Amino acid sequence: MSTSDLLSLMPLVIISGSAVIAMLLVAIKRNHRIMHAFSVLAFMAALLSLFVQPYTVPYIIAPLFVVDAFALFNTGLILVAGLSVLFLSFKYFEQREERKEEYYILLLLATVGGMVLVISQHFISLFLGLETMSISLYGLIAYLRARERSDEAGIKYLLLAALSSAFLLFGMALVYAFTGTMEFEGIGAYLKQAGTVPVTVVAGFGLMMIGVGFKLGIVPFHMWTPDIYEGAPLPVAAYIATVSKGSMLVLLMRFYRDIDGYEYTILWWVFAIIAMASMFVGNWLALLQQNVKRLLAYSSIAHMGYILIAFLAGQLAGQEAVIFYLVAYVITSIGAFGVLAILSDKIRDAELLDDFSGLFWRHPWLATVFTGMLLSLAGIPLTAGFIGKFYIIAAGVDAGLWLLLILLIVNSVIGLFYYIRIIAVMFQPLTENTPTLTRQALPFFGVFALSALMGLLIWLGVYPSTLIALIRDMMLTMG
Amino acid sequence: MILFLFILIPIAGGLLAWISAAWNKTLPRWIALLVMLFELVLAAMLWWQLDDVTRWSSDQWIDTFQRPWMPRFGISFSLAMDGLSLLMLVLTFFLGTLSVLVSWNEIKERSGFFHFNLLFVLGGITGVFLTMDLFLFYFFWEVMLIPMYFLIGIWGHANRTYAAFKFFIFTQAGGLLMLLAILGLYFVHAHSTGVFTFSYFELLDTPMEQNVGRWLMLGFLIAFIVKLPAFPFHTWLPDAHTEAPTAGSVILAGLLLKTGAYGILRFVIPLFPEASHFFAPWIMLLGAIGILYGGKLAYAQTDLKRLVAYTSVSHMGFVLLGAFAFNALAWQGVVMQMITHGISTGALFMIAGSLYERLHTRELGKMGGLWPAIPRMGVVSMVFVMASLGLPGLGNFVAEFLILVGSWQAQPVLTIAATIGLVVATVYSLRIMQKIFFGTSQREYKLPDLSFREGLMMAPLVIAIIWLGVYPQPVINAVKPTIPAVVQAPPVQPVPIAIHPTK
Repeated sequence: MSTSDLLSLMPLVIISGSAVIAMLLVAIKRNHRIMHAFSVLAFMAALLSLFVQPYTVPYIIAPLFVVDAFALFNTGLILVAGLSVLFLSFKYFEQREERKEEYYILLLLATVGGMVLVISQHFISLFLGLETMSISLYGLIAYLRARERSDEAGIKYLLLAALSSAFLLFGMALVYAFTGTMEFEGIGAYLKQAGTVPVTVVAGFGLMMIGVGFKLGIVPFHMWTPDIYEGAPLPVAAYIATVSKGSMLVLLMRFYRDIDGYEYTILWWVFAIIAMASMFVGNWLALLQQNVKRLLAYSSIAHMGYILIAFLAGQLAGQEAVIFYLVAYVITSIGAFGVLAILSDKIRDAELLDDFSGLFWRHPWLATVFTGMLLSLAGIPLTAGFIGKFYIIAAGVDAGLWLLLILLIVNSVIGLFYYIRIIAVMFQPLTENTPTLTRQALPFFGVFALSALMGLLIWLGVYPSTLIALIRDMMLTMG
Repeated sequence: MILFLFILIPIAGGLLAWISAAWNKTLPRWIALLVMLFELVLAAMLWWQLDDVTRWSSDQWIDTFQRPWMPRFGISFSLAMDGLSLLMLVLTFFLGTLSVLVSWNEIKERSGFFHFNLLFVLGGITGVFLTMDLFLFYFFWEVMLIPMYFLIGIWGHANRTYAAFKFFIFTQAGGLLMLLAILGLYFVHAHSTGVFTFSYFELLDTPMEQNVGRWLMLGFLIAFIVKLPAFPFHTWLPDAHTEAPTAGSVILAGLLLKTGAYGILRFVIPLFPEASHFFAPWIMLLGAIGILYGGKLAYAQTDLKRLVAYTSVSHMGFVLLGAFAFNALAWQGVVMQMITHGISTGALFMIAGSLYERLHTRELGKMGGLWPAIPRMGVVSMVFVMASLGLPGLGNFVAEFLILVGSWQAQPVLTIAATIGLVVATVYSLRIMQKIFFGTSQREYKLPDLSFREGLMMAPLVIAIIWLGVYPQPVINAVKPTIPAVVQAPPVQPVPIAIHPTK
């Protein structure tokens, strides 16, 4: 590996280097504040290094990685998401009894995994990235050991993730056995030359689909989502919802494009059915929840379904829509979980509907942010979620996916029910017996991060042209 | 630029009102009032200046404003005003001013946030009436919803959460179908001309297949008749109206319903002339059903606000009937109906609100014999009840008469049915007077009559409804240039439908 290779991988190098240094820092002296500040600096440095990319993109590091505009954009998205999660983490962990410092090491490592995923173009780097992320997540999910659901969530994720990785590996092996290559483009070239997809390769794709579907949390591989969201510490749940799912989605897009997946109707139908099922199952089960964390988990399943519709629309517009929606979804999810994290107290998380009762009159700004995030999830104008949904519908109409779009609309309406229900609770008048969590003072950094996210949400909802142009240029250079 | 200010000022004023609540509880009211009065004066001045017949007939558009917004999709921030928009704006600011006044004493809690929502919804409505970009139209269409949801959901009566919910879900579902249709139209246009644009002017006369046009037209139509509301999509309306605070009911009945009617006049018919002709008899049938069924339900109500809400269903049936009759008379009648219904129903809701403030009930059974106690209120109610039943000399008569004359040329049978609706209107309207002001008093009431503030609100309403009844010419002049060519064309042979007796 030459110096130029390393330089082009600068963000990745910075984050993995910081993980090592962080480990040493813990060994020298345990200090939560220092660890937090260090991780924040590491993320910021990595973000800055994105802008001083010395080489022209796409820069290919054969055979594993490709650093193109698409990869850089998504690396940036991951880093911004990670940074926001960090801002929300400090107070959340500060008030807990457990040792807090290792959390940051794990978070840095998981980010390394995500960043590897978005630049991989090879099964090996895919698997390495995926496992780096998964293994860090096992630790992160079960981080607050004192809480009862924490171990359960950790173990559940461990077992299911290991199982799905096994499927993924087996699938890759099958594909490799037939095509003789593990590079995405090589596989695409083989399939093009063969004209059809051999049964073994179909089986391989199917098995890989299980691994990918598990990470994306789409039906029927979604069972873990609510339990893990409920058991994991809130910042970690936000992280899983955004970085883990987002990086896998980006990888899927790259893989699909490289193998010309749009050519094969059978793949199309598989995804179409998954999209429909995800929308309905996610929204339907979300309707039944009383726990806000579980509700957000189910709603994230539905949102993956929406994204898949844009994905299926194919073409340029569809891919742009996926990325735009992903950006909107990252902002909204972190914002929503962030509100929960800030409201949580020492004993338990703010997760019951009652915890939000009359929130608007107690903490107007937090309630406004949460309302904004929920409206964005519901796709109401003035928020980024609206433009995202518009983008998806536009891509779908262009591709003529009428059935999927009608289902999307039906689901949007179902979705409204439970988003509005939370909003209605927040605007209830205060009563004597409104339960309040003990937390009173709001953390500065957390509120700052939420305000920034809220600003982004409105900005993208009112004036999305800049981001749209950026995404469009990026997708055009990808070809 | 002035068009943009029309939208910006209420929204900025709303934010200001919200912030100002931190210093002073009464400041938001004054800010809201001044903002609305300022807008009203601005709009009225425009109307005044342009009251020049030559100008009216030469050019449909009084003013336009355009800035690029999302060039990727061909979306621009495009506003334009013609006579129809101008009239709707005057109505919006007129009722907006009154709705600030009407909530002067009613809203005691969180007045900052209340006035923010009030001004925000008015800003959204203004946007709907001005925009000439379909994406922007959808944007404003949805923007109106959220503040309205809060107005009902926070300051409403006992069952407010349910009502707010139902309102939101119904209109949102309709809206999403419209979004689908908008996008469909956008791509149909792009495929046939190669230009990606949401601009209303360019989308007019888009060549499209007959079938496609019909489907797209239905997408738009459903959104609008949910909002209107027409039978069978009217069920959200009585709940929302009944539970909303008075200002909310006034805005709902006076303005939000009009956005549906406006959408039909502005978008459905000009964009899809063929499909509109095709579906016209059926839509007029829905209108006629709405007139009779709404009237029947209104008669059956014991809750005053519910009663008035159902009369809206009935009156809005006339809008459907007239809009799809395809002739200039009916079209002018529809615009008149939008304005006069806004005034008369708004006034009836204000009266219901005033009565509720005094009696703490909306049940007709618990009222009765109030005339001796509150004679001035009785007189005002009498005026608007008479307006509602279509007494000549008051604005509603002109509107309904024009609609019936126009629709007779298209569908005589349905017009007869609609005329029977006028009789029904007489019955339910008189029942209001009978139950509240006449009959025997159940107990000796000592009630304050109209206060100075209430008198100040009612006087312009009374003047407006009489003025429109006696001299409607300014309104008719204002809408003349906006009547689209498809309506001015000689009436097409009516398509016979099942209940037609002669065929």
